[in-house]
Parts: sequence; C-alpha cells; structure tokens
Amino acid sequence: MRTGLIAEKVGMSRVLTDAGEHIPVTLLRVEDCQVVATCTEDKHGYNSVQLGVGKRKTKNVTKPMRGHFAKAKVEPKRKLAEFRVNQDALLSVGDTLSVEHFVEGQYVDVVGKSIGKGFAGAMKRHNFGGLRASHGVSVSHRSHGSTGQCQDPGKVFKGKKMAGHMGDARVTQQSLKIVLTDVEKGLIAIKGSVPGAKGSFVLIRDSEKKARPDGAPYPAGLLNAGKAAAEKVDASATAADTPAPAPEKETTPPPAEVKVDTQPVAETAAPEATEKKDGEE
Amino acid sequence: MNLLQQFEKEQLEHLTENKVIPEFGPGDTVRIDVKVTEGTRERIQAYEGVCIARKNAGLNSSFTVRKISYGEGVERVFPLHSPNITITVIRRGAVRRAKLYYLRGLAGKKARIAEKVVRRTGADIAPAKPKKEAAPAPKVEAEAPEVKTEAAEAKTETPKETKSEE
Repeated sequence: MRTGLIAEKVGMSRVLTDAGEHIPVTLLRVEDCQVVATCTEDKHGYNSVQLGVGKRKTKNVTKPMRGHFAKAKVEPKRKLAEFRVNQDALLSVGDTLSVEHFVEGQYVDVVGKSIGKGFAGAMKRHNFGGLRASHGVSVSHRSHGSTGQCQDPGKVFKGKKMAGHMGDARVTQQSLKIVLTDVEKGLIAIKGSVPGAKGSFVLIRDSEKKARPDGAPYPAGLLNAGKAAAEKVDASATAADTPAPAPEKETTPPPAEVKVDTQPVAETAAPEATEKKDGEE
Repeated sequence: MNLLQQFEKEQLEHLTENKVIPEFGPGDTVRIDVKVTEGTRERIQAYEGVCIARKNAGLNSSFTVRKISYGEGVERVFPLHSPNITITVIRRGAVRRAKLYYLRGLAGKKARIAEKVVRRTGADIAPAKPKKEAAPAPKVEAEAPEVKTEAAEAKTETPKETKSEE
C-alpha cells in the first residue's frame, strides 16, 4: 500500500479521443503536494505519511501548526491528510509528490466531501416514489407514506429511511479510471465525476478493488529526481529489484528485526541507489 | 484564464490541428461523412440535411442537422470538433433565425429555404480580375524569355483598361 495524493477539484470537462470517443472527465489539480510528517511502526505503532497541499499565508496559521510546518521545514499548507502506507513505501519529510504518482489507465478511489443538500425529503434523499398526484391525495404528494406496521411492533424501526440532512458527508467513489495526467500543470483527469464541490479538496488513492499497474512508481512518484535521493532508499531499492506486488508481502516481518535493519541499511544503501538511478538516466 | 479553460483550449488546439471546419450556419444544407466502426471494419456513412441550429461553446460546440428520411423527419446532433466527422457545405440558405426549429412543424414546399445569394462587393471584384489575367501571362514568359519586359508591361496595363471599360 503506497501513499495517495491530495488534489483540488477544478471542474468537469470532456476529452475527445482520436477514435472519436467522448470521455467526460473531472480535472483535479495537485499543487505543491509535500510530505509534512510521517508515522512509523516503532514510534506510533503504524506507518503513514502526512501530506500537505496548497499554500497558506503564515499569518493565518495557528502557532501550534506553524511549529508543525517548521519542524518539517515546509511552507504552510492549506490542507493536510494522512495516508496509511506499508513500511517500504514510507517517504521522508519534505518530499514533493508529482501527479506521475498515478499512471494513465490506472484505477483509483477518490474521497471527497459531497455537496450539502440541507434538509431533504424522502423523495430526494432516498429516491422514494412519493404519493399519487390525484385520487384523494391532499397536501402530501411528496411525503414518505407509512413508516411501520400496527400496535405490534408499535414503534418505528431504527434506521427507517426518512427526511433529514443530506450531503456534506465524506463519500468515497471507487474504481475511477485515470484518463490523463499533466505534470507541468499538476493536473489529473479522472473519468466521470468525483464527490465534492469545485475548489474542494479530494484524496486520491490506488484502487482498493483493482490491482495497481506495474508502471506505477512504487514508493511514490516524486517531483524531481534530485529529491529522490532523499527518499527512504531501501524502499526504492526493493521496488526496483522486485516487481510491484512483492513488497506488499514484506510488510509482515517482526518489528524487532526491522528496528535493527532499516536505519543502517538506509544510510549505506543511499549512495548505491542514487548511482543506479543516475546510470539509468 | 482559469485551468479549466486552459485545458479545453489545449484540447481544442489538438483537435483542430490538421482539420479545417468550413464556415456554415443555420439554413445551410450540409453533408456529414461519419466514420462508423462495425467490429473491425470501418466505413463512412453520409448524412445530408439542413443545419437548423448551432451551439457555439468551445470544445462543447455542436450543430443539429435535420432531414426528411422516408417521409419521417430525422434530426441528428453532431459534436462540431469530433474527429469522426467531415463536414461539406452543399448549399447556403438565406434565413433570419439562429435556430430553425419552426421547420419541425412544416413539410413539403413550406419547409424550403431560399438560397443565400452572396452579393459581390467592390472588394471582391478588384483582386479577382488580375488573377484571371495573370494565369496566361506566365505562358508567354516561358515561350519567349526576351519579351519578358513587354509582357510584364502588358500585364500591368491590361487591368487598368478593363476597369476603364467597365
């Protein structure tokens, strides 16, 4: 499991392929997506990276948050979010992620906050049919109708679908296809719609239900190669040597071993890995 | 220009790179050659009718073509920038509406549209004349290179004469 990305929803458009197909797409922008903090198995009991995206004026940031950003030596971010990752997919603080993290044709899950609909009736909220337009129905054409039985059970069951607040909730849309990515502008085009309003932030993750393609960069798609050296190098080395699915299995070694191994390996392996990358280029 | 507009502009540039969309509007009779893929085979299907509406919206531009097929009115909406279609204008029509939806209620003689007569303005005529005369001139040059100067003089003189005659 590798990290995801935080993106801003730009809006919807369409893409016309050379074959003449129309693909409705949602454009998402990833702007200055940096690792602000990490959690490790040793210290916190689980592995994750905290990403930040966007820019925020320092004067508008609270003092404790200012300290948090200062510790990571990154500019204050507009939005922070944490992604659970595997041990070998951990990143180092300050790494900048690029939209190349996801490849074209890949499937992703997108999490967003749906547009609030306020207090909505049963017809809008639960797709109820309402009552008839005539035949004696008065005033209650859009009502939900009966809510239960008779004296037995003598109550309305819990969870009965009724009118109430709709929208403004965390929604995950699964298995959305990536149509294209634009590294220069930091744009990702996803087929179909994603939850949330324009300008809201969404989280993009590898699809839960469809396998990650081999072309996707394993620990993460970082913005420039220079910073790649600073990344947790043992992770990248294993990713380079073994095919993508293999590292997932390696997440289960006992933590005691990992404690001993990771740090020295990281230091010694660092120059090797960078040399490898240079050689490839 | 925001990101969305920029994205659509790029898409549009990509689509219109090596394709010219002829000038046409409501009232014009157009033929649309549509690429149709059936399994692996690809063929071209022609659809001819009167353009009754155009929607100008950048990448989302489209137009509606109406025709009478076996006595039944048929309307088809095409995306203007689709790579699957080629448009040829057959006849320009003189109409006073942007949307010719009134044609839906009409049939036969009443549904006719008069042909648009493009009036020739002075600007049109002036460059048209020398072009006609310029065509035979190079022949003379090829036959007798010595007479080049005379031919060139003649070329410059002739348009003036014709104009004065008119």
